[in-house]
Amino acid sequence: MKEILPDLERWRRQGKRVALARVVDIDGSGPRLPGAAMAVNEDGEVAGSVSGGCVEGAVVTESLQCLEQGIRRIVTFGYSDDEAFAVGLTCGGTIHLYLEPLDW
Amino acid sequence: MSDVSGGPGNDSSMFDELKAAIEAEQPVVLATIVSVRQPEPEVDVVGPLPEPGAKILLKPGQEPRGTLGNDDLERVVLRDARGELAAGTTGIRHYGPNGEAMQDDVSVFIESFAPPPRMLIFGAVDFTAALTRVAKILGYRVTVCDARPVFATTQRFPYADEVIVDWPHRLLEKVGSTLGPRDAICVLTHDPKFDVPAVIEALKTKAGYLGAMGSRRTTDDRNRRLRGEGVTDEQIVRIQAPIGLDLGNRTPEETAISVCAEIIALQSGRTAASLKDTTGDIHD
Repeated sequence: MKEILPDLERWRRQGKRVALARVVDIDGSGPRLPGAAMAVNEDGEVAGSVSGGCVEGAVVTESLQCLEQGIRRIVTFGYSDDEAFAVGLTCGGTIHLYLEPLDW
Repeated sequence: MSDVSGGPGNDSSMFDELKAAIEAEQPVVLATIVSVRQPEPEVDVVGPLPEPGAKILLKPGQEPRGTLGNDDLERVVLRDARGELAAGTTGIRHYGPNGEAMQDDVSVFIESFAPPPRMLIFGAVDFTAALTRVAKILGYRVTVCDARPVFATTQRFPYADEVIVDWPHRLLEKVGSTLGPRDAICVLTHDPKFDVPAVIEALKTKAGYLGAMGSRRTTDDRNRRLRGEGVTDEQIVRIQAPIGLDLGNRTPEETAISVCAEIIALQSGRTAASLKDTTGDIHD
């Protein structure tokens, strides 16, 4: 989260709504450790990353939806997931992201 | 959240307080409930069921800020959060709705923001300037120390967080007890006058990495001098000397990479061979 603090601060100062996605757990091979964070503001601007570029596009979509609906939830991306997400990690691992509006 | 308690900055948001602590390099840990499963009807939930998004922010020595909405759960999570922060680790933990172990109805993400690890570099030489830059990329808080005021200047080491004019062993007498397993000491003086007393003091610390620069001949000579000062063979094994991995490095920049790569490999317990020539998991 440290590296995206300046962006988060700026967006909040501008009064923009922001969704925060944090890697909370990984199964198998994962490019980023728990704590890796990405933020998306209401205009779709992005800061940070949660993988090696595999799932960031999908996280933007999920984040905008999170802002729209104000829902806090875990989103899982990976290969082995039963729900068969269209987007996965090329390394074969699974990452669990926690998405929430940055309203705290 | 209206239920804030204790600590300064209550007029600011929890995010503001977290951000201020991270930027000030103060240790801080944030616990967030990330998922809650409705418990089975027979489970006795004391008080309200926790809600996703509930947070508690803890700085050692201060009252925690925020609440998880359940006193028993909160007590257990705070205990675990203190442990994670002390270890500098981040991860998800699972509990029962009242903080019970061996249950997984409530998942809590505990995120530690430990202060950056420290690297002390002794000797204000060209290798020091390069090592400072690479150590900064890896997130170290870097101190350069040399007894010679002409060389130990911030102009020569603009990337260092601090440049101290003092004898290395005297600086270590002052700050050595604050060093831990994540910290590194690099002795680049390769002058027995400085590096023998520095290494002796460094061996008294709990620093996770202790390297000393010099040729094999310099290393043999230093080890002889250290033994003469009462340093044991077991202690000498702890010194990474000659410093760095065998990369064939020649320039200060290449040597800096070699030293930092050695630190990473020692911390992870890996062999530093090419992945092409090894098998198994790339990450632990």
